[in-house]
Amino acid sequence: MKTKLIKYIVPAVLIAASVSLYAIKSNVGPVADKDNAGLKLPEGFGALVVAETGAQPRHIVVTPQGNIYVKMFRVRNGSKGIYYYKTDAAGKGTLSKSFGDYPGTGMNLKDDYLYASSNTEVFRYKIDANKEVLDADHPERIITGLKTGQHESKSIVFDNLDDIYVNIGVNSNSCQVKDRQFASMGIPGCPLLDSAAGIWRFKINKPNQTYKDGIRYATGLRNVVGLDWNQQNNQLFVMQHGRDQLHSIFPDMYTEKQSAELPAECMYALKQGDNAGWPYMYYDQIQHKKIMAPEYGGDSKKEAVGNFIDPVAAYPGHMAPDGLLFYTGNMFPEKYKNGAFIAFHGSWNRAPEPQKGYFLVFQPFKNGKPFGDWEVFADGFSAMTTDIKSPNEAVHRPCGLAQGPDGSLYVTDDHHGTIYRIIYTKK
Amino acid sequence: MNRVLTALLLLASISFCVSAQTKPKTVGAAPAASIARGALVYKQYCLACHQIDGGGVPNMNPPLSKTTWISGDKTRLIKVVLNGFPAPVDIDGESYTNVMAPHNFLKDQDIADVLTYVRNSFGNKGSAITAASVKAVRAKNK
Ligand code: HEC
Repeated sequence: MKTKLIKYIVPAVLIAASVSLYAIKSNVGPVADKDNAGLKLPEGFGALVVAETGAQPRHIVVTPQGNIYVKMFRVRNGSKGIYYYKTDAAGKGTLSKSFGDYPGTGMNLKDDYLYASSNTEVFRYKIDANKEVLDADHPERIITGLKTGQHESKSIVFDNLDDIYVNIGVNSNSCQVKDRQFASMGIPGCPLLDSAAGIWRFKINKPNQTYKDGIRYATGLRNVVGLDWNQQNNQLFVMQHGRDQLHSIFPDMYTEKQSAELPAECMYALKQGDNAGWPYMYYDQIQHKKIMAPEYGGDSKKEAVGNFIDPVAAYPGHMAPDGLLFYTGNMFPEKYKNGAFIAFHGSWNRAPEPQKGYFLVFQPFKNGKPFGDWEVFADGFSAMTTDIKSPNEAVHRPCGLAQGPDGSLYVTDDHHGTIYRIIYTKK
Repeated sequence: MNRVLTALLLLASISFCVSAQTKPKTVGAAPAASIARGALVYKQYCLACHQIDGGGVPNMNPPLSKTTWISGDKTRLIKVVLNGFPAPVDIDGESYTNVMAPHNFLKDQDIADVLTYVRNSFGNKGSAITAASVKAVRAKNK
C-alpha cells in the first residue's frame, strides 16, 4: 500500500501540480487591451494602456525589471518632474513614486545611474541593483547653464564610453533678424550657432559641466528631440525638426501647399564635426536637394552652398519627430530588428492644409543604414476619423519611445498623458 | 479653390450677420465688412500659429478663443499685434513656448480688421476695433 502510494499517487500529484503551475505561467505576461488601446497596428501586434499619468510624459526608460521612469514636460501645482511606475505581470503600471521639481524631456538609464534633464540642466540619480533611485532629493547635477527657449527639450543619449550627448535646440525658427516675422532676412553668420542648434557632448560622470567643458559635436541642427545611439554602427542618429513658415514668411516664393510639405523632417547619422546646415539651408525631399534658405538668398530652387551633410532619410514636413528608437529586442518579427521606430508628435505648421503625423513610423534598416520605404506602424493616437485640421482635435500625441526587457515597445503621449505598451501577440 | 471656398464661407457669414443685424441692438456691434476683411488678414498672418479654429497649439501657441486678452483691454490687445511677445508671458495660467513676432508692418486698418474678426470668431463676441484706435495706440507705442 505504502509503496503503491509512492509509486503512483505521488508522481500523479506532482504532474498535476506542474501542469497547473505551467498553466499559470503561460498566462503571465502582458495582455493587450480589448481595443488595443485605440491603436491601429500591423497584424499580430497588440497594445495596452500601462498608465494614465494625468501629466505630460515625454521621454521614458524601462528598467531590466520592467518598471518605468518617465520625464514630465511640466511641473505645476506641486506635481513632480519624474514618475516611477511599477508594473504587474499583465503589464499595468502603478505609480510608485514621483520626484524632481523641474520640468523637461530627457530621461535615460545607464549602469548605476538614472539621467534626467530639465530645459537647462542634466541630473543623475544613483540607483540600486533593482534600479530603484536611492536618494531622489539629492541628484548629482552634471550639466548646467544650457540655453533654452522655443525649442527647449534637452534629450539625452549615451555612447559606449562615458559620454553623454545633449541636443540644444535653438530659440529661433530660421535665424531671422526678427524671428518668425514676415519677410525678415537671416542674420549674417548666424550667431546662435555658438551655443545652440546642435548636439553637445559631455562626460557622464563630471559634476556641473558648462559649455566650456563640453564639445559641440555636431551643428546646424535646428531642433532635435528624438535621438538614439545605433549599436550596429556605434553612431549617433538624430531626427531634426525642420524650420516652419516658408509660406507665411515668404508668400511669393512658397504656396501654402509647398509650405505644408517642406522642408523634410530629416534623419541624420552624425560624426563629430558634422554640419547639417541650419539656418542656411533646408532639405527638400521632393527635389531631393539641399536648398538655400530664403532668409539667406534662396528662392526655393537655388541649391545650398557649403559643406553640409545629407540626411540618411527624409520624411514629410512638420510632423515633429519627438522619439527615435533602434529596436534591438527579440519579441517583434525579424524585420524589425535593428530598424528604427520614430514617434511623430504631429504637425501644426501645415495649416490651413490638413495636419499630419500623430503616429509611429517604422523605418527599415540594413547594415546600419535606412533601407527601403518607411511605413506607418501605429496610428489612431489622434482618435480622429477625418483629417486633423487643428492639433487640438487630436486626443493623444506620441512622443517618447522605450524598449522593455522582453522587447515590448513603450510609447508616451504628452497630450492626454497615456503610456502605451505595444506587444507582439502572434505565436 | 481655397480662396473660392473662403469667399463663399465669408459671403455666407456676412449675409448671416447682416440678416442678424436687421434690428441692431448692441451699440458698437462689429461691422460685417471689417470682419470679412479681417478673415483674410488672419489667414495670411495669424492662422499658421493660432490655427484655423483659433484653437492654437498645445504648449506652443495660445488659443484665441475666450482669452482674457481678446475680451480685455483693447489697447493691450492692439499692442499684442504691434509688438508681439518678445519674451514668454503666461496666457490665462498656461505657458507657451513659441514666439509671436511684431506685426507692426500691418496697416492700421488691417490690424483693426483682424482684431475685429478675432473678437467675433472662435466663440468670441466683442465690439469692433477701429483703425483710429490702432493709429492712436501706435502713436503712443514706445
Ligand atoms: C509665429 C506664431 C504666431 C503668429 C504668426 C501669430 N501669433 Fe499671436 N501669439 C503667438 C504666441 C506664441 C503667443 C503667446 C506668447 C507668450 O505666451 O509669450 C501669442 C499671443 C497672442 C495673443 C494674446 C494671447 C491670447 O491667446 O489671446 C493674441 C491676441 C494674438 N497672439 C493674436 C495674434 C494675431 C491677431 C495674429 C496675426 C496678426 C497673431 N497672433 C500671429 C504666436 C503667434
